[in-house]
This record gives sequence, structure tokens and C-alpha cells, in this order.
Amino acid sequence: MLSIRNIVKEYAKHRALDDVSIEIEKGKIFGLLGPNGAGKTSLIRIINQITAPDSGEVYFNGEKLNPQHINKIGYLPEERGLYKKMEIGEQMLYLAQLKGLSKADAIKRIKFWFEKMEMQTWWKKKVEDLSKGMQQKVQFVATVLHDPELIILDEPFSGFDPVNAEIIKDEILELNKKGTTIIFSTHRMESVEQLCHHIALIHKSHKILDGSIKDIKNVYRNETYKIKYEGSLNLSQYSNFEVIQEAILDEIQEITIKLNSGISTNDVLLELIPQVQIKHIEEVIPSINEIFIQKVTALN
Amino acid sequence: MKKVFLIIEREYLSRVKKKSFLILTFLVPSLFIAMYAAVFFIYKNEGESKKEFLVLDESGIFKNEFKNSETTTFKYVNGDYEANKSKLKNEKDLLLLYIPKDYASSNDIEILSSKKPGFSLLSDVEKQMENIIQNKKLIAAGIDTAILKSSKTQININAKQLTDEGEKDANIGATYVVGFISSFLIYLSLFIYGAQVMRGVIEEKTNRIVEVIVSSVKPFQLMLGKILGIGAVGLTQFLLWIILSTTISVIAGKFLAPDQQVIKTEKVDATATVNNDANPTKVQESPALKFINAASSINFPYIIGSFLFYFIGGYLIYSALFAAVGSAVDNETETQQFMFPITLPLIFTFIVGMNVIINNPDGPLAFWLSMIPLTSPIAMMIRIPFGVPTWELVLSITLLIAGFVFTTWIASRIYRVGILMYGKKVTYKELAKWFFYKE
Repeated sequence: MLSIRNIVKEYAKHRALDDVSIEIEKGKIFGLLGPNGAGKTSLIRIINQITAPDSGEVYFNGEKLNPQHINKIGYLPEERGLYKKMEIGEQMLYLAQLKGLSKADAIKRIKFWFEKMEMQTWWKKKVEDLSKGMQQKVQFVATVLHDPELIILDEPFSGFDPVNAEIIKDEILELNKKGTTIIFSTHRMESVEQLCHHIALIHKSHKILDGSIKDIKNVYRNETYKIKYEGSLNLSQYSNFEVIQEAILDEIQEITIKLNSGISTNDVLLELIPQVQIKHIEEVIPSINEIFIQKVTALN
Repeated sequence: MKKVFLIIEREYLSRVKKKSFLILTFLVPSLFIAMYAAVFFIYKNEGESKKEFLVLDESGIFKNEFKNSETTTFKYVNGDYEANKSKLKNEKDLLLLYIPKDYASSNDIEILSSKKPGFSLLSDVEKQMENIIQNKKLIAAGIDTAILKSSKTQININAKQLTDEGEKDANIGATYVVGFISSFLIYLSLFIYGAQVMRGVIEEKTNRIVEVIVSSVKPFQLMLGKILGIGAVGLTQFLLWIILSTTISVIAGKFLAPDQQVIKTEKVDATATVNNDANPTKVQESPALKFINAASSINFPYIIGSFLFYFIGGYLIYSALFAAVGSAVDNETETQQFMFPITLPLIFTFIVGMNVIINNPDGPLAFWLSMIPLTSPIAMMIRIPFGVPTWELVLSITLLIAGFVFTTWIASRIYRVGILMYGKKVTYKELAKWFFYKE
């Protein structure tokens, strides 16, 4: 649905994006991840046609990006806000019309969303009369009002209280189920890890990694397991694994081990079961954050 | 284009609906009413009081030469200066005109009164005396009365010029006032509406709504919509003022009209035969009425038309610059450093205008300042009531249009970058860099 090809963008002497190519499939949730200042917002601004790339192209549904696509994209910027003195309903109407909706359609859709989000009584209220969490809800509704095919959310959960964050998350998943493509952009990678199907990691204006979460994790898992048990073990006598970490939690021992090649978890358990009481075993899968750090250190 | 209209609509309605707009719209014409009432009141007062001059003429030259009018009569008295002076006590409409024997050499002519005499009263007496002496001197120089009579036409022309001058004086006064008021209004409104644009831009930036909006419209469209919307507010205000003020003037004019009519016809008579002995009484005009008369001789549609044009032109130039400043800062206190170069030409032109241009509306400084687009809205509005050659007007208008296209272009290049920059202390160098950014 969105094909980003060889984008280069420079500001004065600083190169914000260097030959970045990303493919985003229709109906997927895509995570655009990377630390602050990596170039995520620059890329999003290009997709939103706020700025233009110096070179490279963006294709939207196979068409070269053009002003007609603006109305098909919903964008929640990181720096977001509303007119303080304007009534919420009027404000929504204005923003929806700027996205190309007719007044009648806009009113219909605003009513639909206000009902859905339990905001019916807010129409005549002003932004300054709303709490921060309420404002965030309004902001989210403004982003999705025009029923966009692609929704771009820049740091979507920053500033949300947990209750509202959960509500918004559910709404996003519901929209995605109906076929809307979602892009999450954030530096807090753990916040979207469970939501995304695909991710791309951006670091210092380069894309350093992309693919489906499953594939990436498969590449980066390295036969590490966490085992909890009761009893005592002489850990140095085992040759099937290497102990990375040891800890004691309320009489329960916890060890993190790395299996030697050719060894399965069953082999290890067979050895340990006669000695101690096994309480828990799980594979340690690296978080995206850890993968990112690994990747960056590897690059250096 | 539809989106620009949406922005214009929002900017316009959100301001026009405010209470402050309504208050200002009706406050100014009320001041106008108050001014009219004051003028009317002054005129009424002056018109009612009849002045009587006691002429104590020691030279004997002026005996029976002064002409009575509806508001002034002359009575010739003899006797002691002090004795006559004492008659004035507590008589507010009685004046003593004392002409000593050697008035020509000593220049000691006096008018005494218990109340300060009006300026026009003095000048009227002065004028009459000048005429009388002139005639006497001509006769004394050996020009016999026949020649004087036959040259009467010429003297009449002279006299007419004198009265014309009087009229012209009044007109210059009115022109002066119209020039002053209209340029001051332009000066003020450029500041007021320019600052509104700037504040609007800062508001959108600090509210952080700007990025939401520029994901729907181009930054240039947003800037244009804001400028045009607020400009429309300004125009609405002016139009309401003009309509209300004209209505008031017409109503006020109805009250004053009969009196004005009489004075106008009598003035014609007076100028035609001012030196004729049998001439009818010359009416004493009150300054206020003079002003109203003079004001009615000014071409208001032309002035208002040019005013609106120069307001729009100047506003477009300055509001674009103000928008660029607003985009470059994070809050209003940071605007100071960029405001100076913008307000400088405005303040400079206004000061120069009020001191130089208004006294010499055709001078080189007046000419150049009314050509430079940054200064022409103020400079030209001072000059227009005095009359400006068509080619100068056309050139000034052309340059103004070119000027605002140019400044809008520069401003929009800074604006599009500025609105998306947060938390950065911006320098002029930075602004220049933004200007050269590619899209």
C-alpha cells in the first residue's frame, strides 16, 4: 500500500534520511522504530507531503504520492494540539472539512465517533475545559474522522493515561481489523512491540533493519532460557549449557542459560529434574529494544 | 482553493463573533457622533453670540469704513481710552478696537475684550482694515476715484483672492486633517491587524495544531487563509465604520443643512462685491462650520477608495512579514528581536509623514516614501487629500502590488519551515537558511 523508495532528505548540512526504502503492506500494523532524532518524523512528514524528499519516491497504492492522497491519510503528529478557544464540535467539523469531507458527511461522522467514544456532551465544550486525557481522545477522533486508508500515529501513547491508552489501542486494532493500515512511529519500542506485524528500525538516518516481528525475532533468538527451581545445584558441573545469570527470589533459584549447540531444552531438563524441583522454564526472546541495541553495536 | 476558503472562513468568523469586535465596531462611530455633536455645539454657541465693536479711532481713517455683518456690528466712539476700556467689564460680547494716531508706524492697534476673541473674528477685522488702508493709500497716491472705480474689477480679484485664501486656508486645514486621520488609521490598523496575524500564527504553533493542519493543507495555504481572513475582518470593520459614520453624517447634516445653505449663498455675494460700499453684510463664519464646509468639498469616495486600497496593500505586505516572525518564534516575548525591522519603516514613515510630508506633500521625501512599498501606504495617504499626479499614483500602486507579491513569497518560505520548528532560539542567520531550504 505504501512503498518508500530510496528517500534522501537533507536539512542545511544535516542529512535526516539517507537512502531509506520501506514497504508497507495493506492492512498491516507497521512499527517505525528508532531513537529520537533518527529521522522518523522527517519520513512521516514526507509521507504526509508536509515536506518533499530531495530524492527518492513514495508510492501510495501504486500511484506516485500526490495531493489527492492527503485525504486518505490520517495523521496524529507527535507535537499535537487543538485550538483552545474553539468549540470541540466546530473544531472537528473544521478539521474534517480540511480533509475533504462535506459538511453533512463530517457532521454524521463526528456524531458517530462521539457516540462511540462517549463524547456526545462535548460538542459545545472548549478544549481548555477538557482534561489532558479527554483532549487526547478528541485528537484521536480528529485523526480518524475522515475514514483514512492509512493512519500514521507519531508517539501515539505519550501523554496518555493507561485507561485512555487502552481505549485508543482497542480502537486502533478495530480499525486495523476493518482493513486500515496503521503506522506507529515511536522511540519507546516496547510500547508497540505486541501490536506491530512489521517493523523497521531507523538509526541515524539509515534503516538498519526491517521485516516481520516473527522473522526478526527468529533471527535474534539465541537458545537462551530462563529456568526457575527449588533446591540447590552445582552449576559448574554441566557441559550442556552455559550460565549467563543467577538470582535468588524468595527461596526460588532463577538461572538464565545458553544452550550449547545441538542441545535441546529436553536434554537439559532430563539432567536437572532428578536434582531439583523445576518451577518454570521459558525461552528468553530478545525485545526489539535489545535487538536494536545489538544491531547498533554490531554496526559500530 | 476550497481549503483556503475554509481557513478564511474560520479565521474570519472566529474573530467577528468575538465581543471585542462588536464593541470596537460601534465604539468608533459613537466617537464620531460625539465629535459631530461637539462641532455642532461649538457652532451653535458661536453662532448665537453677536459681537459689538467699539471703534476708538484716533487716526480718523477708519471712521464709518467697517462693515457690519450679522454677527458683528461696529460702533464708532470718541473719548478716553481708559474710559472706553471700563465699559468692557462684564460685557462678554463687547470689544474695543483701539487705533492710535500713529498706528502705521507704531503698529499698536489693539482689540480689548473681557473674553478672548476668536481667531476668525480677529482675522476678519484685520482683513477689513487692510482693505480700507489699501483703498485709502491708492487714493492718496493720486489715483483718482474714477480710476479706482474702473480698476475695481482688479481690486475685486485681489479681494477675492484674499477671501479665496481664507477658504483655501480652511481647505488646507480639512485636507490636513483628512490626511492625518487616514494615514494614522492605516498606521494603526497595520499594527493591529498585522499583530493579529502574528498572534494567530504563534497560537497555532504553541497549540501544536499547526502540524495537524499542514498535513491537510500546504503551509502557504494556511498562511494565505489566515492573512486573508484577518484582512477581511479589518475590511468589515472599516466598512461598518464607513456605513455607520456616513449615516450619522447624513443625519447630522440634516440638522446643519439650512444654516449652511444660507452661508454658502451669502459667501458668493460677499466675494463678488466685497469692496463695494453697498455690499451686503459679510457673514462671520464659525471655524467649525468652515471646517464642515471644507470637508464637504473633499472627494470622499476617492479618499475612501484609496484608503481601502492602501490598507489592503500595506496590510498584505506587513501581515506576511508578521506571519513569518510568528512562525519563527515559540512565544510572543521572543518576537521582539524580529519586530524591530518590521515596525521601523512604519514608525519612521509616520513620524516623517506627520512632520515633513504633511507640510510639503510634493517634496522629494514625500515622493520617495510614497513609492517604496513598505512606506507608501502611510506616506501616500497623507498626500492623497492634497492631490497626487495620476502617474505617481499608478506607479505607487504598481510597486505596492509587486512589493506584496515579493514579501509574501519571502515570508512564506520562512513560514513553511518556521511553523514546524520547536524549541529553537532562532537567529537571522537561521531565517536566511530556512529561506533557502528546498521544499
